[in-house]
Amino acid sequence: MSTSTVAPVPPGSAPSGLRGRLPTSGVPLAMVSIAGLVLLLSIVRVITGADDLTSSGTAGAALALAVPIGLAGLGGLWSERSGVVNIGLEGMMIMGTWGAGWAGYQWGPWTGVLVGTLFGAAGGLLHAVATVTFGVDHIVSGVAINILGLGVTQFLSVIAFEGVKGAGESQSPPLDDIATVSLPGLRDPLLTLEQHHWFLVSDLAGIVRGLFTSVSLLTVLAVLLVVLTYFVLWRTAFGLRLRSCGESPVAAESLGVNVYLFKYAAVVASGAFAGLGGAFLAIVAGNGYREGQTGGRGYIGLAAMIFGNWRPGGLAAGAALFGYTDSLQLRRGGESVHALLLLLGVLLIAGAVLLSIRGHRIAAGVAVVAGASAVAVYVQTDVVPDDFTTMTPYVATLLVLALASQRLRMPAADGLPYRRGQGG
Amino acid sequence: MTIDLRRIALAVIAPLLAIVFSLVVTALVLVATGDPVWSTAKAVLDYGTKPNVLALTLNQGTVYYLSALAVAIGFRMNLFNIGVDGQYRLAAFTAAVVGSSISLPKPLHILVIVVTAMLVGAMWAGIAALLKATRGVSEVISTIMLNAIATTLIAYLLRKVKYDVAGSNNIGTKPIDESGAFPGIDLVPGTDVKVFGFIFVAIIAGILYTVVLGRTRFGFDLRATGRSQSAAVASGVDVKRMVVYSLLISGAVAGLVGMPQLLGGSTRSYSLDFPTGLGFTGIAIALLGRNNAIGMALSALLFSFLDSSSIILDFNGISKEIVLIMQGTIVLSVVVVYELVRRYGVAAEQRRVSRQLADEQPATPTEVPA
Amino acid sequence: MSATRPISRKVPVIATTSAPPPVTAQTDAAVELRGITKRFPGVVANRDINFVVRRGQVHAVVGENGAGKSTLMKILYGMQRPDEGSISVDGKEVSFHTPGDAIDAGIGMVHQHFMLADNLTVLENVVLGSEPTKAGMLDFGTARQRIKEISDAYGLDVSPDPLVEDLGVGDRQRVEILKVLYRGAKVLILDEPTAVLVPQEVDELFDNLRELKKEGLTVIFISHKLDEVLAVADEITVIRRGTTVATVEPAGVTARQLAELMVGSELPTPETRESTVTDQMVLEGKGLTVRSVEGRALIEDLSFRIHRGEVLGIAGVEGNGQAELVEAIMGMRPLAAGTIGLLGEDLSTWPTRRRREHGIGYIPEDRHRHGMLLESPLWENRILGHQTEAPNVKGPWIDRSGARKDTQRIIDQYDVRTPGIDVLASSLSGGNQQKLIVGREMSGEPKVLIASHPTRGVDVGAQAAIWDHIRAARRLGLAVLLISADLDELIGLSDSIKVILRGRFVADVDPSDVTPEALGSAMTGAGGATS
Repeated sequence: MSTSTVAPVPPGSAPSGLRGRLPTSGVPLAMVSIAGLVLLLSIVRVITGADDLTSSGTAGAALALAVPIGLAGLGGLWSERSGVVNIGLEGMMIMGTWGAGWAGYQWGPWTGVLVGTLFGAAGGLLHAVATVTFGVDHIVSGVAINILGLGVTQFLSVIAFEGVKGAGESQSPPLDDIATVSLPGLRDPLLTLEQHHWFLVSDLAGIVRGLFTSVSLLTVLAVLLVVLTYFVLWRTAFGLRLRSCGESPVAAESLGVNVYLFKYAAVVASGAFAGLGGAFLAIVAGNGYREGQTGGRGYIGLAAMIFGNWRPGGLAAGAALFGYTDSLQLRRGGESVHALLLLLGVLLIAGAVLLSIRGHRIAAGVAVVAGASAVAVYVQTDVVPDDFTTMTPYVATLLVLALASQRLRMPAADGLPYRRGQGG
Repeated sequence: MTIDLRRIALAVIAPLLAIVFSLVVTALVLVATGDPVWSTAKAVLDYGTKPNVLALTLNQGTVYYLSALAVAIGFRMNLFNIGVDGQYRLAAFTAAVVGSSISLPKPLHILVIVVTAMLVGAMWAGIAALLKATRGVSEVISTIMLNAIATTLIAYLLRKVKYDVAGSNNIGTKPIDESGAFPGIDLVPGTDVKVFGFIFVAIIAGILYTVVLGRTRFGFDLRATGRSQSAAVASGVDVKRMVVYSLLISGAVAGLVGMPQLLGGSTRSYSLDFPTGLGFTGIAIALLGRNNAIGMALSALLFSFLDSSSIILDFNGISKEIVLIMQGTIVLSVVVVYELVRRYGVAAEQRRVSRQLADEQPATPTEVPA
Repeated sequence: MSATRPISRKVPVIATTSAPPPVTAQTDAAVELRGITKRFPGVVANRDINFVVRRGQVHAVVGENGAGKSTLMKILYGMQRPDEGSISVDGKEVSFHTPGDAIDAGIGMVHQHFMLADNLTVLENVVLGSEPTKAGMLDFGTARQRIKEISDAYGLDVSPDPLVEDLGVGDRQRVEILKVLYRGAKVLILDEPTAVLVPQEVDELFDNLRELKKEGLTVIFISHKLDEVLAVADEITVIRRGTTVATVEPAGVTARQLAELMVGSELPTPETRESTVTDQMVLEGKGLTVRSVEGRALIEDLSFRIHRGEVLGIAGVEGNGQAELVEAIMGMRPLAAGTIGLLGEDLSTWPTRRRREHGIGYIPEDRHRHGMLLESPLWENRILGHQTEAPNVKGPWIDRSGARKDTQRIIDQYDVRTPGIDVLASSLSGGNQQKLIVGREMSGEPKVLIASHPTRGVDVGAQAAIWDHIRAARRLGLAVLLISADLDELIGLSDSIKVILRGRFVADVDPSDVTPEALGSAMTGAGGATS
């Protein structure tokens, strides 16, 4: 007697959505959201005159800055999908930057990439040993690895860079660059289009030019890794077993899955991703290893992962968002962030309307107040002071977490300690 | 009473083993970099037991202890207040600004400064608390973000209130009047270096910590929530409120961390070179001291001893960052060892209880009559 | 310790512990266990287990809670390794190091607590660990086809695409069965499969089992529900205190004799004799509605009244709103509509603490999650739930000596077996933990007791003691809301029973003239029970 089977849901899609007319998951949702966003940005640009909002420079920088965040987020995703929370991504990323800096100046940038990745993986291995084999609390272990990562790299810097030309106690010598690629024939025509500052057309031109020209090979690799993650985790047996360790390790073990092995693999991979992100920071975004280079991106990556509901597509969107805010503050910060305030205000007020329609009056009230104050600040100031623009990625992280945290579904056994033979 | 001895032994083994393990690791690192192990240790011990270094150790230990207390309050509730770093700096900055713009008789002046610091620390932690209680945001990430925001906020505000520190590129707040200075004590014979008077405040804080958490209803609720949130909810604890209270208190204690330096140091002002990173060391010490007031005191002294005496390492050509490695290794190994010891302890207790019950049990009943 | 002399001469015992019966040529042994022993720190879970499971039969293993059945099955399934003894499958001795080994030997386990990942689909859950692949990727098509084949062949009616969390209990169990069949199991072990089913679903399950038998599969069926075991098994092995006591055929025993074999002594009964119900209303719920985050009604418009000296039982299949009702009464869940009155006072908006202070005692369904702090000493657990009342507190302070003295009183009065009050709660057995909780909740003169599955996972001795305490308190005027999946307990202890189905009360039942079958019908909505 089959009673309550629900209508078939294709594997790997998000839970059913809100309104009937708009798409609610997957690629169609992404397309619609992106289109809507570009439209909004275009409108704001025209109103505020902050041309940098959609310039190719910003788009290119946004992509470049999204990569380390996205890689860290991927690291977090792999780890948490197997049930291990990895707060130590920051420490693993730091080790990646150091490894890339140290190997890169001696043996070339690609070796730097490899070594950085390996250093990160070593951090991941340490975390795996502590959490999987010894059952240490995941967050405590992660925090310990962050402390260790900082200490070890500082210590090694002193030893390794002593007396090396161009290096110091807190930085490596400058590194060579990695090649960049572009879609042929686009660079100049798009630049002309962009400089006309026409509504929507120029914005699109700027964004496309930024995203598809002068793109580092590592960036291409990173994007491929996002796609690869989806395929491996949702379409292969390996991925299914890994995910089952994060959803119900007891079920997995009862079916003969070696849970410890998969957790190890996932956490080491997680460290490798973070290390790769670090290598990117050192080689592509920066010019060698520099102390403090990571700037909290390990944590922002985790926020991107949460924002993306533990899925690669959503994570990429989150990383893009953070990369965008990061790029704005690095370039003509004051003006662009100032313009963003208007956008934020409008979005908050629109959100307030939505919330009050659905009856959440307190939240709507808060949103209206926040939105109105954002608009008020926009109107009353010309530019946002530099220090505040530096804060943008961090404030954005907090906002994203505050708004997104509740409707999400993390892997059911995430963060829970697991010991063999626990089942039954 | 044998239970208590056994428990104490188990409680002490973990930190001891961790320290021993990290000593071994550190020694191995020294060997690997070609540095002599024994003479290094001897140099560190010799230097570290000099009277003036001892006084410095006590001072730094006071600061570390307060930081560990702040972190431990969160830990007892299974909350990770990584934001002690941002909280104490923002608190110290604000307290410095406020303290330097008023003038009151001595005890009152100090009181106002300290209370300001605690309020600011609590408020900054309160943001994370609210986010967690209302939106379920992980306090780990939010406090770290708040740390970064605090850093830039302080940089911005420092530029606004800047008061050039004589003879350097440093900018800082206006120094607080002498009426705001916390008197130091000549605790260590043989040196002129005074020990922070604030050490007494730290000791009182430690006592309060133990008493409130161990003996009051509030403390019981807090510890119960930390041990099992679901059981606490069923027992009537308002978990959201507890989260907020606990983080607020943790932030308030964090506010105290900068006070010894601010009120007892030579320049009574907050400048760009105010010590940073104390929050993370506090985490390490709380872990090593297992959230116990005495354990944390001893651990704080250990860490500050390592810090103070490591200066001598530079003179012997050894990178003093090795101390960082030792501290990091302590953190990792203490949690591993702690977990192993805990498991052993629980299993041993279960065995013991079963054995005792089996001994007491009357002979098993024979079969049912047919 | 093992029973070497016959228990009751009226029971045709096939075998006692020492020697399993000779295996004849016609009925081969599918699985044979000899001398299995397993020790854990402080307890011997299995001692010298011996029995033979013949192919193509349903062989039941019965024993009370804590007798060692689960451990035995974990050994048979490769989750644990025996310290002594041997296992033979199809005549060959085997040694399992992991569940994978057992699966390879053709043994499949359907667990009591389903081992399914809620966020994965049925298909993903079924193929996990034995996935069909094509060019390195998961071959969804082949998987889907195979699942359909098995589902049709055995009449399981399982669809591969839904998320497991959207399935009901009966469906989930069928997924578990399909999981083992997918892996070519020839011997199925079912661990307490009917614990979560009502009588009608149990019949369906037994039909499935007969289907499996016809196809030549062997079933080992673990249970403590003796009526069901007698209905479906071909052979029954009794385990008591970790060792096999007897192997019998169902034709020659009654449930009562089996029970005595299981327990080794007189059985307690939950039956209540005299009525103590007064007309003074203690707890009243009116129109209670609780909604999920998405707005779905988990309980809707529930109304009830409990009087002094009355036990109101709530019967229902798990997941029909009982847990939500309890949480709403305790204040752990907000009410979307309705009011709750205690002795006339409306406490619908009160926080949990205030409700407890005003005399609501709570025995939670899951004692480890809601009832105790496992890593705290007993005397601190005494305080839990009552941390604002004497004797635990004095003003803002915890009254240590008061709490400790009272803990000792509870231990003495409720026969909690423990060497002292400083031991950690995790060191006590389930039954003793529950006795402590019952003692704690009955202290302080509660006006109403919410007892949610109060004897779940508790050995028979403790169960009897808890029933006695409830009955005694009832005589003194306590009102009790009793939620239980044990129909005997419900019928035996309650003065009146309401049936809950999909969040609504659908029937009022008089326990003095209802049978478990009729009650079960009402619980699934498949037919009227008397009102």
